[in-house]
Amino acid sequence: MDNKRKYVIPGDVVTTGPFRPEQNVTLEGEKIISTAIGISEIYEDSVRVIPLTGKYIPKINDLVIGKVISHTSLSWELDINSCYVGFLPAQDVFGRDFSAHADELATKLKSGDLVAARIANFDRTRDPLVTISDRDLGAIDSGDLVKISPSKVPRLIGKRGSMIQMIEMATNAAVTIGQNGWVVVSCETPEGLLKAKKAIEMINEKAHVANLTDQVKEMLEIKDDET
Amino acid sequence: MGGRDATMVLLDENGIRCDGRKVDETRRIMIKAGGLKNADGSAYIEFGDNKILVGVFGPRDVHPKHMSDTDTGILRVRYHMEPFSVGERKRPAPSRREIEISKVIKEALEPAVMLEKFPRTAVDVFIEVLQADGGTRCAALTAASVALADAGIPMRDMVAAVASGKVADTIILDVNNEEDQAGQADMPVGYMPSLEKITLLQIDGVLTPEEYKKCVQVGVDGCKQVYELQKKALKDKYFGNGGD
Repeated sequence: MDNKRKYVIPGDVVTTGPFRPEQNVTLEGEKIISTAIGISEIYEDSVRVIPLTGKYIPKINDLVIGKVISHTSLSWELDINSCYVGFLPAQDVFGRDFSAHADELATKLKSGDLVAARIANFDRTRDPLVTISDRDLGAIDSGDLVKISPSKVPRLIGKRGSMIQMIEMATNAAVTIGQNGWVVVSCETPEGLLKAKKAIEMINEKAHVANLTDQVKEMLEIKDDET
Repeated sequence: MGGRDATMVLLDENGIRCDGRKVDETRRIMIKAGGLKNADGSAYIEFGDNKILVGVFGPRDVHPKHMSDTDTGILRVRYHMEPFSVGERKRPAPSRREIEISKVIKEALEPAVMLEKFPRTAVDVFIEVLQADGGTRCAALTAASVALADAGIPMRDMVAAVASGKVADTIILDVNNEEDQAGQADMPVGYMPSLEKITLLQIDGVLTPEEYKKCVQVGVDGCKQVYELQKKALKDKYFGNGGD
C-alpha cells in the first residue's frame, strides 16, 4: 500500500479509473483530482487524500470537544472550533419532559464550560446538532485543554490508537481527543500532565516528520529516567 | 499614466526586450507559501519587481449576516495597493481600479474554489500590493491561489496567471510596466492547468484574430511555468525537500 501514497496539492490527478472518491477528492470526467494539500491513498476501490491543513468540518458521529458560548431557553450553542456552531437542544440534557418554564439551562451548563459531545446530525442546511446523551459524553469537569490543528488529529491518535495509547501509558494521563482539534488532558500528577501536554504539542508541531513515534517515545522515556 | 516615451526601444533587432528578456521569457518569480501566523493561509510573491502579500481567512461566519448565502459559501476579495507601492503616493482609499481588480480576481478564483461545500460561510482573501511594477493582478491571483491552498480550502485546481501582450508588433510573455504603458496590447490570462480552463481573460489594446489566438496561447504556456513555481512553493512548505 505504501507505494501508492503520494504527496499531492489541489489539482493533482491522483489516479484515473473506476474508484470511489472519498475525502478531499473530486471526480472530473475520468480523472480523480485532489482538492487539498495532503497525502493521497489508493485502496482497492476507493481513493482519499489525508489533508495536512484546513479547518474542522463537522462529520456525523465525530467526537468533539465544545465550549459553551451561550444559551437560549431551549438550547445551548457550542464553539466547536469550526465555521459552524454546535447546537445542543435542552431535551438532550433534561430528557423528554423538558419544559422551558420549569427548567433553567444555566443550572446544567454555563457558558465557558467544556463539553465532550458527539455530532448527531449535520447537513448543509442547518448548523450541526450535537448530543451529550451517551457514555463518556457530557460536561468535562477537570483537565487541561490543548488546542491542536484539526488536520493533525489522526497523527495524534496514530495507527489504531498507538500514539495516544503510548502517551497515556507513559504519563498515566487520560486524554480525550476531539476530532475538531481540541484535546483535554487530565492526570493525577502534575508531572504527568505537563509531560502529556508537551508530547501532544510536539506531535502538533512535527506531524510531518517520519519517525515521530520514536521521537515521542524518546522524549517520554528520557523524562522517565530523570524523574 | 499615458505618457508615451517614443524614444524607448521596447524590442531591439536581436529580439531582446527593454529589460533584457527574450520575447517568451517571464520575469524572475519567487513564491513562498505561509508566513503570516494569524491568517488561516498566506502567501508572498515576488514577480519581477512586484511584491505582494496575501492572507486568507475562512471558511468563517459571514458578517454582515445578510450577505450569507444558504446554498453556498461566498468568496470576498480585497485587492489593495499600499500608498508606498508606486512612485507617487497612492491614496489609501479603494480606487475604481482596485475595486475592479478585486472583482476580477474574485471571479477568476471562483471556478476553482469549492464554495458549495460550506453554505452560509465566507472565505476572505486580502491582497496587499507592497510594490507594483505592472502585472500586479496576475501576480496577485497567482499568490491568492497559493494562499487558498495553504488555508486548506478545497479547490478543484490551482489558478496560475501571467499577462501576455503585443509590443513592437510582436507577441510577448509577461508584460512589465514600461511595455504596458508604451506597448500595443496587454492581455492578463488566468488558467487552471490541470483542468485546462481559462478563468481570467482581459484585453487592453488592439489585436487581429490571429494575434489574439497567439496571445492566448503564449499566456497559457506562461501560466504553466508559473504553476510549476506554485507547486514548488506548496511542496516546500508541506513536504520539505522530500516532496516528489
